[in-house]
Amino acid sequence: MYRLQRDESDLAMMKAFEVSNEDFSSAGTASSKIKKILRQIGMDAGVIRRIAIATYEAEINVAIHSNGGHIEVYIKSDKVDIYVEDTGPGIADINLAMQKGYSTATKEIRELGFGAGMGLPNMEKCCDDFYIESVVDEYTAIKMTFNL
Amino acid sequence: MKIIDLVNHEDFKLISKISQTEREIAGVECCDLLSWVMANGQEGEAWITVQIHSNIVAVATLLDFSCIIVPENIEVDAEVIEKATDEDIPVFSTQLDAYGIFKVFYEAGI
Ligand SMILES: Nc1ncnc2c1ncn2[C@@H]1O[C@H](COP(=O)(O)OP(=O)(O)O)[C@@H](O)[C@H]1O
Ligand SMILES: [Mg+2]
Repeated sequence: MYRLQRDESDLAMMKAFEVSNEDFSSAGTASSKIKKILRQIGMDAGVIRRIAIATYEAEINVAIHSNGGHIEVYIKSDKVDIYVEDTGPGIADINLAMQKGYSTATKEIRELGFGAGMGLPNMEKCCDDFYIESVVDEYTAIKMTFNL
Repeated sequence: MKIIDLVNHEDFKLISKISQTEREIAGVECCDLLSWVMANGQEGEAWITVQIHSNIVAVATLLDFSCIIVPENIEVDAEVIEKATDEDIPVFSTQLDAYGIFKVFYEAGI
């Protein structure tokens, strides 16, 4: 379901990926595909790297913390907009969730190497513009913009 | 040091199939927290981890690591090896622990 208004001006290419919450150990498929597409179109390696890190963290969050969602990539001449939207528990206190080290991940999930509480801060650091909104018991929606 | 040097090293066993072995190993990352690795890993590094689920292949691919090294004879599932082969990521198994692996790299000048 769309939560955030899309900005379609100057759109060159749009790609959409489903993210399931069923097998989070294999999550990362969408971000790997996104990286391959950006490589094919010859985008700057540094930007690709930042997008790869941010989409990976976003994808893992959807897989671990939500009931599933999607990632949409809007490629434009001067920037890339990435929308990540899920349905699920949402985030009650976004400021707290944005803090480094804060995580509600279970022990089992931590043992697999997830849940370091660095995902959201990593995402914010990687992109040029970060927007997040969430409604408890409904959804979390994130928009990240990367300038080219 | 190149991937081929690890392939030929008696303490390391290549368990995925790869198309080329000439890639240079640029450094070493040793960490099991995936977000930490994601934030700090550098292109070309060899990544030592005890995590053996298929997500490590995604991390290695996204960061362009030169290889994954699984220490202390930890067994890796066929499914993960298959995914690494698909993504052309070398996965090595070794009986060495992280310290032993560091020594090999240190002696090779990394
Ligand atoms: N998509 C999401 N849906 C619900 N809660 C989320 C979502 N993303 C993040 N959170 C909450 O924010 C916290 C911090 O997220 P993050 O910084 O990625 O750390 P981690 O994923 O390692 O716990 C999570 O532990 C979780 O409570
Ligand atoms: Mg996270």
